[in-house]
Amino acid sequence: MSTPLLSVQDLAIDYPLPGRRKTFRALNEVSLDIGAGECVGLVGESGSGKSTLGKAILGLVPVAGGQITFDGADITHLTRAARRKLAASIQVVFQDPYGSLDPSMSVGDILAEPLTTSGLGRRAADAAVKEMIDRVKLPSTVVGRFPHEFSGGQRQRIAIARALVRKPRLIVCDEPVSALDLTTQAAILDLFIELQRDTGVSYLFVTHDLGVVRRVCHRVAVMYRGDIVETGRGDSVTANPQDPYTRRLLMASPIANPQAQAERRAKWLELRADSAA
Amino acid sequence: MTAPLTDNIDPRAARRGSVLGRFLRRPAGAISLGVFAVVVLVAVFAPLLAPHDPNFVDLSLFKAPPSAAHPLGGDSTGRDILSRLLFGARTTLIGAAIAIAVAVGIGVPSGLAAGYFGGVFDKIATWVSDALQAVPGMIILLIVAAASRNSFTFIMITVGVFLMPGYFRLTRSTTLTVRNEAYIDAAIVSGLSNTRILAKHVIKAVYAPIIIQTALTAGMAMGMQAGLQFLGIGSANTPGWGAMMNDGFTAILTDPLLLLWPSLALGITIAALAVMGSTLSDVLSVRQPAPRRKRRPAAPSSVDDATTGALHYEPAAAAVQVRNLKVSYPGADADIEVVHGIDLDVAPGEVLGIVGESGSGKSQTVFSILDLLPAAGVASCDALWIGGRDVSALDRKDRHKLLGSKLGYVPQEPMTNLDPSYTIGYQLIEPLRSVHKLGRTEARERAIGVLTRVGIHDPARVMRSYPHQLSGGMAQRVLIAGAISGHPSVLIADEPTTALDVTVQAEVLELLRELQQEYGMALVIVTHNFGVVADICDRVAVMKHGEIVEVGDVATIFTNPANDYTRELIAASLDDAASRTELDAAYDTTERKAVNA
Repeated sequence: MSTPLLSVQDLAIDYPLPGRRKTFRALNEVSLDIGAGECVGLVGESGSGKSTLGKAILGLVPVAGGQITFDGADITHLTRAARRKLAASIQVVFQDPYGSLDPSMSVGDILAEPLTTSGLGRRAADAAVKEMIDRVKLPSTVVGRFPHEFSGGQRQRIAIARALVRKPRLIVCDEPVSALDLTTQAAILDLFIELQRDTGVSYLFVTHDLGVVRRVCHRVAVMYRGDIVETGRGDSVTANPQDPYTRRLLMASPIANPQAQAERRAKWLELRADSAA
Repeated sequence: MTAPLTDNIDPRAARRGSVLGRFLRRPAGAISLGVFAVVVLVAVFAPLLAPHDPNFVDLSLFKAPPSAAHPLGGDSTGRDILSRLLFGARTTLIGAAIAIAVAVGIGVPSGLAAGYFGGVFDKIATWVSDALQAVPGMIILLIVAAASRNSFTFIMITVGVFLMPGYFRLTRSTTLTVRNEAYIDAAIVSGLSNTRILAKHVIKAVYAPIIIQTALTAGMAMGMQAGLQFLGIGSANTPGWGAMMNDGFTAILTDPLLLLWPSLALGITIAALAVMGSTLSDVLSVRQPAPRRKRRPAAPSSVDDATTGALHYEPAAAAVQVRNLKVSYPGADADIEVVHGIDLDVAPGEVLGIVGESGSGKSQTVFSILDLLPAAGVASCDALWIGGRDVSALDRKDRHKLLGSKLGYVPQEPMTNLDPSYTIGYQLIEPLRSVHKLGRTEARERAIGVLTRVGIHDPARVMRSYPHQLSGGMAQRVLIAGAISGHPSVLIADEPTTALDVTVQAEVLELLRELQQEYGMALVIVTHNFGVVADICDRVAVMKHGEIVEVGDVATIFTNPANDYTRELIAASLDDAASRTELDAAYDTTERKAVNA
C-alpha cells in the first residue's frame, strides 16, 4: 500500500480533571492510518475516546504524545496560522445539525465564508457555493435562507456542503447521522458515499452505530476506554468480530427482525454471563 | 441513489418580522421609545427651544410663580426653570453617554476576550471586575471630583468604570455559551482567524443582551449623575436636573414645585429607558404563548368507526383505552394540531411499541395519557380509561395522583429528570410517602427493595448519592425503580434507551422485560428504533404526522407490513442493508458496463 494520507502514531491525549492537578488519559497511544479516498470508521461507546481522536486530528485538543502526519507533513503541534493553511485540506461535519450552523447567517454566507476568507472573490465563491448546494441535492433557493428554516437532515446537508466547499482531502465526520431520523439517515449516508466516489475525499467516520460502519466504512477501528481493541474491514468486523468487547457491542445492538433479535439477545445474555463469571 | 429533497422548508420562520417592527407593535415599546425620542430631541435642540439663557440671572424671577414669559417660573437664584430643564436634558444625556461609552468600550471587548480565549487573561480580568465591584464607588467619585476640580467629564468617566463590570460579566458569560457551540469549532476548522470569528460569529450573539443592558444601565448612570449633582458635586453653572433638585430641596417647604419639575423629568426619562429595556428583552427572547388549558367534556364515544390502533376492548378491561385523542399547540395564526384524533388500546400485561420519526406525535400521545404535556399543549379526547377507570373527567390534581400508582413513567433523559439538589433516596422515598401514605421506614425499605430489584448492588450507597454521582445507565435504573415502586399497572417509557450506549441499552431493555413479566404490567414503549421494537414488543403502532398508520402484532408488522410508510421505516434500518464492500463492488460493475457500452 502506498503512503497513507493521514497517519496517527501512538497518539496520547490527556484531559485536565476540573479542580484537580491530575489529568484523565482520554487516548492511550493509539495508531491509525487513512488512505486517499478511503472511509475509516471509528466506533465505540461514549467515553471511548473516538470523538477525541477526531478532535485531535482537527487540532481542537492539545496532544500529550505521539504524532499525526498528514500527506507526509507532521501536523501534531501546529500554530493557529499553520492550522489555517491546513483548513483547505481537513474539514469536519459535526453531530448536531442545530448547533453547527451560525443561526444569524444565511446559508449562502455560511458556505461562502470559508472561501472568501481564504482570498477567493465573491463571485467565484458564489459559483462554488451554487455547485456545492447542487451536489448535496438542495434547491438553489436555499442560499438566502437561514438555518432555523431547515429540518435536521437539510441542515446536515448544508454542513456537508460547507465541509466540501474548499475541496478538502479529508473530512472528519463526528457522528454525522446519529441525530437524524432513520429514513433521513439512510439518505445522508448515501450522499456521503456518492460524494466520496465523485471527489475522492477520505472520511474518518466517528460513530457508535455498527450498522452505519457497515454501510459506509471500508475499514473500521473499534475503541474501548482510550484504546483501539480491534481493526479490520468494515463488513467483517461488523459481521464476525474477534475481540470480546466488539462481540459484546455487536450482540447488544438490536436488529429490526424479531427472530434474529431473539437469537442475538440469547447470545448477548450468554456473553454477559461469561463476563460476569 | 440519494433521494432529492422532499420535505418542505419551514415557511413560518420568515413571517416573524424584524426586531424593531415587533418592538414597535407593542404599546409599551412604542410609547417608551417615543418618550425617549422626545427627550433626545429636546436635548439636541435645547438652544432653539429654550425661551431664555439658562444661566441668566434675573433677580425679579427669584422663586417666581409660573407666568406667561416663564411657564415654570424661576428658581432660587432667579433663573428660568423651563430653560434650565431643557438644557438639563442635554447634560443628563451627554453624561449618560460618556458613562455608557466607557463601560461598553472597556467591558465588552474584555468580556469577549475573557470568554473566548479563557486562560490567564480571563482570570485577571474577572479578578479586576470583581475587585471593582467591591470598591466603594461613592468615595472614589468624591475623590475624583475633588482631584479633577469637579470636572463633569472625569466624573462621568469614573461612573462608566464602575458600570463596566456589568458589561464584562454579561459579555463573558454570553461568549462562553457561544464558544461551546459547534459552529464556532466549525469556523476554527474552516480556517477563520480569531478576529473574524469574534467579529462575525460571537458579536452577533452578544449584541442583543448588550443593548438591553444599555437601556437599563443608562438609567442607572443618569440616577448616579443626578445624585452627585444633588450632593453639590459638579459645576454650579452646568444646568443639570440633579442640581435643580438640590435647589428645590432647600426650598421644599415654601416652593415644592421647584423640586417637582426636575424630579419629573428624571423619573420619566429613567422609566422610559427601563420600559424600553424590558420590552426589548421580551421581544428578543422567544417566549411560549400563554398556556390555555381547557378541558372538553367527554363526549359519548363513537368507537365503531375507529380507524386505528383499537383492539375493541371493553373499556374496563383494557389497561389503557384512548378514543379520538387530539393534541394541539397555539400557533401564530391558528392552533396547530399535532395529533389528529387517534384511538389506542393497551391490553393488560402486553408490551406495546409506539414507533415513528420525529414529529410523528408519538411522544405527544403518551404525554397526553400521562397528563404531562408542556404547558402550551392542549389535549382533548372522547374517552380515556386507565386501569379500568374513566379518568377523562378528572381534574389535574386527581390525574397526577394516578402517576406513581396506576401509571409509571420512565423518561428519555435520565439525568434531567432527577433533581440535582436532592439525594436519590429522598427522591425515591418522598413519592411513596405522599402518594402511598407509607411510613418513613416502610418507604425506605420499599425503595431499597426496588433499587436492588433493578440491579443496583449497593442500594444504601446509591440512596445517599446525588444524581451527578451516577452514570447515565445507573440514573435510568433509578428512574425505573421509582416508576415501579408504586406497583403501577401500566409503565410508560418514552425513548428510555435513546440517550444510552448500546451495551447499556441492552441491559435496560432486559431489565424492563424482566420487570414487565414479573409485575404483569402493561408496558408502553415509545421509540424510533425498530431494533428495540423487535427486541421487546408484542404489538406495535406506527405513527406518522400525528396519525396511526398501522397497528399489529410484531411478527406481522415485520414480515408483512400493510402500510408503505411502515415498509419504508423497516427498510431504512441498516441491519440487512448492503455493506460498503458490496456497494462498491456493485458500483464498479455498473461503471465497467457503462465504459464498455
